[in-house]
Amino acid sequence: MPKMSFREALNQAMSEEMQRDPNVLLMGEEVGYYNGAYKVSQGMLARFGEKRVIDTPIAECGFVGIGVGAAMVGLRPIVELMTFNFSLVAIDQIINSAAKIHQMSAGQFKVPMVIRGAGGAAHQLGAQHSNSFEAVYCNTPGLKVVMPSTPADAKGLLKTSIRDDDPVVFIEAELLYGETGEVPEGEYLIPLGKGDIKRPGKDCTIVAYSKMVGLALQAAKELEKEGIDVEIVDPRTLRPLDEDLIFSSVRKTNRLVILQEATPHSSFGGEIAYRVQKHCFDDLDAPIERVASEDVPVPYALNLEAIVLPDVARVVAAVKRTLE
Amino acid sequence: MTQVALPPGAIVADKAPPPFSILDYEGNLRPDIDPSLVPEIPDADCLRLYREFIKLRLIDDRYLKLQRQGRLGFYMQSTGEEATQLGVAYALKQSDWIYPSYREPGIAFFRGYSIHDFTNQLFGNAEDPIKGRQMPVHHSFRAGNFVSISSPVGTQIPQAVGTARAAQILKHDTVVSVFFGEGTTSPGDFHVGLNFAGVWKAPVIFVCRNNGWAISTPLALQTASPSIAHKALGYGFPGLLVDGNDILAMISATRIAAARARAGEGPTLIEALTYRRAAHSSSDDPSVYRKGKDDEVREWERRDPVARFSRYLERKGILTPAIDAQYREELTEEISAALKHVETVGVPPLISLIEDVYAQPTAQLREQLAELLTMPRQKLGHG
Ligand SMILES: Cc1ncc(C[n+]2csc(CCOP(=O)(O)OP(=O)(O)O)c2C)c(N)n1
Ligand SMILES: [Mg+2]
Repeated sequence: MPKMSFREALNQAMSEEMQRDPNVLLMGEEVGYYNGAYKVSQGMLARFGEKRVIDTPIAECGFVGIGVGAAMVGLRPIVELMTFNFSLVAIDQIINSAAKIHQMSAGQFKVPMVIRGAGGAAHQLGAQHSNSFEAVYCNTPGLKVVMPSTPADAKGLLKTSIRDDDPVVFIEAELLYGETGEVPEGEYLIPLGKGDIKRPGKDCTIVAYSKMVGLALQAAKELEKEGIDVEIVDPRTLRPLDEDLIFSSVRKTNRLVILQEATPHSSFGGEIAYRVQKHCFDDLDAPIERVASEDVPVPYALNLEAIVLPDVARVVAAVKRTLE
Repeated sequence: MTQVALPPGAIVADKAPPPFSILDYEGNLRPDIDPSLVPEIPDADCLRLYREFIKLRLIDDRYLKLQRQGRLGFYMQSTGEEATQLGVAYALKQSDWIYPSYREPGIAFFRGYSIHDFTNQLFGNAEDPIKGRQMPVHHSFRAGNFVSISSPVGTQIPQAVGTARAAQILKHDTVVSVFFGEGTTSPGDFHVGLNFAGVWKAPVIFVCRNNGWAISTPLALQTASPSIAHKALGYGFPGLLVDGNDILAMISATRIAAARARAGEGPTLIEALTYRRAAHSSSDDPSVYRKGKDDEVREWERRDPVARFSRYLERKGILTPAIDAQYREELTEEISAALKHVETVGVPPLISLIEDVYAQPTAQLREQLAELLTMPRQKLGHG
């Protein structure tokens, strides 16, 4: 299997789908001549031309809405947001239109589009550039929400998302773009709603997604030294959610730590905790733990940012608390 | 290609006129200029403005180098766009409000923001006036009525109109000036802001720094309008096309816009024609997308706002080489002192993490802090 970076895997997924289906196109700020703010669309303008790789003015609300309109008439737009921080400018189009048109029109109009781009904290970008918004989109019926953690998952999930008939919010962790991994060639599709065990184990389950899977794996290594064997469950798509995979893991380990970069209040982790207590109440041997960012806007200062974001030490400590 | 003829009643935009400009590129008054449009500026003020120009240049050069050396995380220059900032700064009163984007540090400096505060902000240290919260260059300077800079582009535009509307309601003699790049005329906030301002005749001056580029996106991709200034017409007020590299023209245009605002005549959109000579930010490399555009860059260097103003002042006998040397020496020293000082300043204290999230830290935030304080000292970065 060839090794490639996360951004190359995304590029391959989009390019293959555009090759396969002439209705797929890519649109966003700087996706064409500049090859994307994070170089995800490298070479795609040269390959597919200006009608299918479209540079837009700075107007997220405009080009997300344009994507919705284009999708309704039969195209399959991939709309790239420079980062999901700017999705807020387009959020009415995403939540009140893209997500609901199919339902409101009793299925007469479909919105098969992918809204993708970088999300989460990167290094020292401050309060407005470090947001994790998955809970907002997960709280919206009609949307599917995907957050891959590896290049292979990124490819397989993006291809499926592009073919999906519903709007998909596809959030890529900015700090993962350069990460490399083996990626299957050609037709590689991962169904939406199917999680993955990133590390089998027996003592405690960690549910983590996106960039946090890497943190969970590091914590697992630390814990292994002390004879603690954690299982890491990566749901990969947060909506639809592969709850059965989480339940079966918790039924095996009887313990759960939820790991997320988003701030804790009203977050996605709360949804997992609800479902697990509902379905695995008798299987739990300890209260469910959650590791999240501190409940403040992410600061710029290096020392404060480091404290705010989840880290290995806190994951290790949380796992140990479940074993006390 | 034949053209479809338009019916009577059609409204079509005229081509843009040449911009309002007072100084030519050699720093001479243009011969055809109406003398009543040439602003009278006392000699002392001329020198003060010149010193601010030099300050901006020296700081940009020095801090970009620091960033390149890895000592500073991020930096954004305003090199070549100084006259746009300083012209507005000079033409307005200190009590007038400024909603900046990230390329107008000159206005903060003009209003008394110190090189020390500026530098501490860039380093996000314990003496940073905004406590290490924001990315470098995103200053907040309440004492100078210089509003906190927002990263998502355009949010400042309706906010500025809100402040202007409030000034009308509160009967304050305040004019609000809001800055943005030409790329920022594309998002909805721009149009919403201008529309409201027109309806209310709000005392606001919209200043678009048309520097030709929005990161890698050229002007032609942002708008099909003959100029940015034209856009004001759709909202019911005038647009002024101004040479943004000519501080005299910027002062003159801003004074006219401010007079209109104070007289209740409503908003004005100033399109300041200038050029982003440097990279968008320290994270950007324009050689990728400006390949083959060396002539464009050189042409704008020829129109350098600092050189034009300095030649003008020299010719008037206001600026001498000795004064110039003195300013450069003083400012270089001030900058060096600020940079030396930051090395002695520690990181923001942990407690600042829970401050200002709300007017008062909530009980939950205080609990959070207490929990953090139980963590190993090393992790907290305090020794
Ligand atoms: C809503 C939003 N979308 C995208 C961005 C990313 N971005 C930051 S600056 C910028 C270009 C702005 O160009 P312009 O308005 O011309 O100002 P200039 O940088 O040239 O001064 C872009 C696209 C952003 N900050 N906010
Ligand atoms: Mg610009």
